[in-house]
Amino acid sequence: MKILVPVKRVVDYNVKVRVKSDGTGVDIANVKMSMNPFDEIAVEEAVRLKEAGVATEVVAVSAGVAGCQETLRTAMAIGADRGILVETDAELQPLAVAKLLKALVDKEQPQAVILGKQAIDDDANQTGQMLAALLGWPQATFASKVVLAGDKATVTREVDGGLETLEIALPAVITTDLRLNEPRYATLPNIMKAKKKPLDTVKPADLGVDVAPRLKTLKVAEPAKRQAGVKVADVADLVAKLKNEAKVI
Amino acid sequence: MSEYIAPVRDMQFVLKELAGLEQVSQLPGCEEATPDLVDAVLEEAAKFAEGILSPLNVPGDQEGARWHDKQVTMPKGFKEAYGQFVENGWSALACEPEFGGQGLPKVVNACVTEMWKSANHAFSLCPLLTTGAIEALVLAGSDELKQTFLEKMVAGTWTGTMNLTEPNAGSDLAAVRTKAEPQADGSYKIFGQKIFITYGEHDMAENIVHLVLARTPTAPEGVKGISLFVVPKFLVNADGSLGARNDAYCVSIEHKLGIHASPTAVMAFGDHGGAIGYLVGQENRGLEYMFIMMNAARFGVGLEGIADGERAYQRAVTYAKDRIQGTDIGVRGGPKVAIINHPDVRRMLMNMRSQVEAARALAYVVGAAHDTAIHHPDPETKKQNQAFVDLMIPVVKGWSTEMGIEVASTGVQVHGGMGFIEETGAAQHLRDVRISAIYEGTTGIQANDLIGRKMAREGGATIKAVIGLMKQLDGKLAEQSAGKNGEHFVAIRQRFATGVAELEKAATWIVENYGKDVRATSVGAVPFLWLFGIVAGGWQMARAALIAQAKIDGGDSDPFYPTKIVTARFFADHQLSRAPGLASTVVDGAAGALALDESMF
Repeated sequence: MKILVPVKRVVDYNVKVRVKSDGTGVDIANVKMSMNPFDEIAVEEAVRLKEAGVATEVVAVSAGVAGCQETLRTAMAIGADRGILVETDAELQPLAVAKLLKALVDKEQPQAVILGKQAIDDDANQTGQMLAALLGWPQATFASKVVLAGDKATVTREVDGGLETLEIALPAVITTDLRLNEPRYATLPNIMKAKKKPLDTVKPADLGVDVAPRLKTLKVAEPAKRQAGVKVADVADLVAKLKNEAKVI
Repeated sequence: MSEYIAPVRDMQFVLKELAGLEQVSQLPGCEEATPDLVDAVLEEAAKFAEGILSPLNVPGDQEGARWHDKQVTMPKGFKEAYGQFVENGWSALACEPEFGGQGLPKVVNACVTEMWKSANHAFSLCPLLTTGAIEALVLAGSDELKQTFLEKMVAGTWTGTMNLTEPNAGSDLAAVRTKAEPQADGSYKIFGQKIFITYGEHDMAENIVHLVLARTPTAPEGVKGISLFVVPKFLVNADGSLGARNDAYCVSIEHKLGIHASPTAVMAFGDHGGAIGYLVGQENRGLEYMFIMMNAARFGVGLEGIADGERAYQRAVTYAKDRIQGTDIGVRGGPKVAIINHPDVRRMLMNMRSQVEAARALAYVVGAAHDTAIHHPDPETKKQNQAFVDLMIPVVKGWSTEMGIEVASTGVQVHGGMGFIEETGAAQHLRDVRISAIYEGTTGIQANDLIGRKMAREGGATIKAVIGLMKQLDGKLAEQSAGKNGEHFVAIRQRFATGVAELEKAATWIVENYGKDVRATSVGAVPFLWLFGIVAGGWQMARAALIAQAKIDGGDSDPFYPTKIVTARFFADHQLSRAPGLASTVVDGAAGALALDESMF
């Protein structure tokens, strides 16, 4: 079984992002970039499936600038067998990425696509769902447990108020939640081997996909500064404020 | 609570721009170390240091290694962390590929070693000692010894130690008394006691391979009669499996000022009939082998000053940004501000930062020169680089560790009264780094090595060549003094030129007077080592500033570059400015030190 794992290069989760002064976006020049943590979980899950003998090949794919090669090498250091980069400097929105991924799925014919439920930069939570729709495949999102057996996947999902377990037919799209697994630290020999694993680069045009943005960003602004709190005299005061000022009860 | 963040950006800058990683990766045998691979290695090592080793630093200090029944139990979590360290292949990074190592250059190893040490100084000593023992075996061991021990040691499943010191043989190894009696089968029986054996006993690995200095019955007196032996904790069967327990036991561990999680063993060899040992190389050449390996170990210990200094700096910055105390100086009744706004706190933080960055730059440049000395095809280039490395090792060891102590002490000072309280964490860095200026040769020993063996013996040839290289930078600094950020470069140029001139003056005096008055030059040895460290560090900071300016002029907007220039400027005004005082101490300092009769003390 072949598994395709899309990975996104995002601003590292430790970095405090700053909004550009002209409000067109966040400043990512000279900022540390790394793999979207949800995608790291996806790579780990795919590699574990390979180690368990369920999957035979794990292919990591990414779309974006040339720097995404590093992200693919990271995926290969964790254990992906090879990488494919769809290289473009254009702004990529979830629909465009889903279309690119569909084209790659058509080419690679994997039995499963495992990817992060969302990316920590735009938090869109759309690519997996859009990809499933474009492919006409079943989808199981927010996975906290994945069992692949035969032509079925049993996926436990985190939903409001608990866990839901679904059985879906393969091929399918699965998106990962935080608690699915804890990604490993890559070993030094694997980091060195990753450098020698094949990494192909294609352009969106090679895949026949128009990646032009369909959405226009009007403005990006810092969240409003939190106001200082007030001390309430007693419970009655608190209830009154919640009722009359905050209007939440 | 301040967590360690590996300074990957500064490491990459030093590696690529100052130490010449690109050239290193073109050396035969170093081809793997391309910049993109090195980036990936640094990123992953940073994750490991931050995520696994750093969280064990404080608990390891509090719990400490514990001795009972000739065994040592490591603090909670250490065994698992070491297991993961080994499993992830970190111990093999710079080792020979022939024995399962990854063969990455020493300069790359320097970066990850700094990370291990920053994250957890006590932990880092186990792999450091193992690496030293591996080098000794690679250098001088027979094929049989290599085959028996190296693969497991490179993998890290067996660890190594260096058994030099005895109660009466510390800095003076000529006094070693441990005996080695030849046996009919070619092995030896070892009898004696060794002290201060780092990781001499622990529960993190299957076997411990002790390298022991001892005398054979026919050995001449003094340093020319010392041989080196391998004494494993468990003997190794012909098939490589572990056999009988050898007669080498840890009879106690020391209670120390710092590095509490690193067990410092008293080792008893031969109390129960003799510990079986195997000769490394030839009889009576043990000290020679040890010294070759000691160069690497001294370099590694030098990194500790940088590593603990970096950690102390990070902690001090976090505290200084967080701690609100007083108003901005000169503002009455204004709002209370974080102490980082106070000029003296700024001065302390910049002192810490600029010294750590200068020492890191110097150490990595020396690391890269070591790779060139090992791998370069041209014999002349090899020789020059080796001479540079030999000259600079005592400086990297002596200056970086003394600097690290000063920086860690300043870190306590930034915290004020809280710095004196253990829970704050600042004190641990000071306690941990204190040993670095002592073990592997005290600062005094480094300084004597520097002025005697490395300078006077060769008439100062190498240091003169290095001073020549330093002077070559003046043209570029002059040019830049007229360019953007000119005021910074004017100051850097002037301070650096003065520093180099003072260094030259002091070096010339030492070379001229060493033979005539070794006592006087020896009083000046440590001040000279400081002087050399400061000027060599200032040299690298000046180079860094020039490169940073070139990047800015080329349109790079990374704030790292202007920050580097300001840091270099600070180093010039606050450290290089000390050069004339140190040089005068070197030249004139002997009279007051040597005049008093011993009875007056």
